[in-house]
Amino acid sequence: MGRITQAVAKLCKDANYYLGEDVIEAFNNAYEQELSLTGKEIIEQLIKNADIARAEDVPMCQDTGFAVVFVELGQDVHIVGGSLEDAINEGVRQGYTEGYLRKSIVGHPLERVNTGDNTPAVIHLKLVPGDQLKITVAPKGGGSENMSAIKMLKPAEGVDGVKKFVLDTVKEAGPNPCPPIIVGVGIGGTFEKAALLAKEALLRPVGVPSHKPEIAELEKELLKKVNNLGIGPQGLGGRITALAVHVNIYPAHIASLPVAVNINCHASRHKEVIL
Amino acid sequence: MIVVTITKIKLTTPISDEDVRKLRIGQKVLLNGVIYTGRDAAHKKLVELLNNGQELPLDLHGQIIYYVGPSPAKPEQVIGSAGPTTSGRMDLYAPRLIALGLKGMVGKGKRSPEVIKAMKQHKAVYFAAVGGAAALISKCIKQCEVVAYPELGPEAIHRLEVENMPVIVVNDTLGGDLYAEGTKIYATS
Repeated sequence: MGRITQAVAKLCKDANYYLGEDVIEAFNNAYEQELSLTGKEIIEQLIKNADIARAEDVPMCQDTGFAVVFVELGQDVHIVGGSLEDAINEGVRQGYTEGYLRKSIVGHPLERVNTGDNTPAVIHLKLVPGDQLKITVAPKGGGSENMSAIKMLKPAEGVDGVKKFVLDTVKEAGPNPCPPIIVGVGIGGTFEKAALLAKEALLRPVGVPSHKPEIAELEKELLKKVNNLGIGPQGLGGRITALAVHVNIYPAHIASLPVAVNINCHASRHKEVIL
Repeated sequence: MIVVTITKIKLTTPISDEDVRKLRIGQKVLLNGVIYTGRDAAHKKLVELLNNGQELPLDLHGQIIYYVGPSPAKPEQVIGSAGPTTSGRMDLYAPRLIALGLKGMVGKGKRSPEVIKAMKQHKAVYFAAVGGAAALISKCIKQCEVVAYPELGPEAIHRLEVENMPVIVVNDTLGGDLYAEGTKIYATS
């Protein structure tokens, strides 16, 4: 229990302080490709920002997010000393308090009083074979989450319908989610499964293609089309609107073609640990 | 017309109609002097006061509001990370404050037609700061104190003293919109 709490607290801080090398590399490539001078300057500022956050142990963004926690629990693991959920929430409480992270959670969506410690977390639990416990903390900011969307397409709309929905969603988002963005797309499953697929797609290192060749092709095409929208860094115009498009799929019902688009700002924050 | 310049214009608050009229979309500006923070919760309270005919806790004439809810400051810091939040959430309230003499807003993301119209009518501008560059921007903030609504925590109204805080003009007093114009230039099929 104590180990889980400690691990979650550290992951909350690390995810907010240390931008992944995958994103930095994507920034460097984006800098080379961007045609807008203002866009280039913005990418430079974002690299500098990540350097400061890393060097000074401060959050890269003031919106330190909703603590989204993915847990893969080995079925041979037995947790003693209390509930897993309590241990995770205690970790979030400690991490956000000790780490000088912003508390951005209200306890009731309509009454809107801040809980004061960024709890509760959103926890996704998956039971897997083995005797390990893997915890991933992915703090999610409000600005980009608000621009995400889901749609239940008709199967007849097919891949063209999927592409159109992704492009429409990114276009509508425009400057709001702090481009350059990372686009997570979930296709298939049920209503809630598609949304979870899209979120899980954001956990993949930036720019690593799907292992399914036809989906990797789709990702490549979508990235090109997204960048052709011209939205650019911060939406001020430019060639780099997204650093990557990641697509995850799942079998679907004969009547359904759900598509979810989860937008992430450039701060693709997630850190994991195996206990 | 988008102005692309290498040089940056220095602007010190309070700012006049004349200062604001000269600004054009795409121009890079360095803000200096006192600016105030405010998010939707604080805006709602300000507009409620106006609706009740009461006085505001701060004079907005010639001032700039920065849409930000900073992270908590570490002991050695003036302020925590302090990047812009999405401005659209303030659209409902902004025209009232612009009519009162607010000259500038700093945030990120699109403004509503009503806000753009109010800026044109009352001579005000909207600047974008780089969303996500929160640790970098905090270096430009030299002083910070809460001036109203401390109970709102990060959403309280803070008085900030800034030095060369980099922003870009997105909406000017002519009704120009850099988000729309900039995207047009770089879009291809």
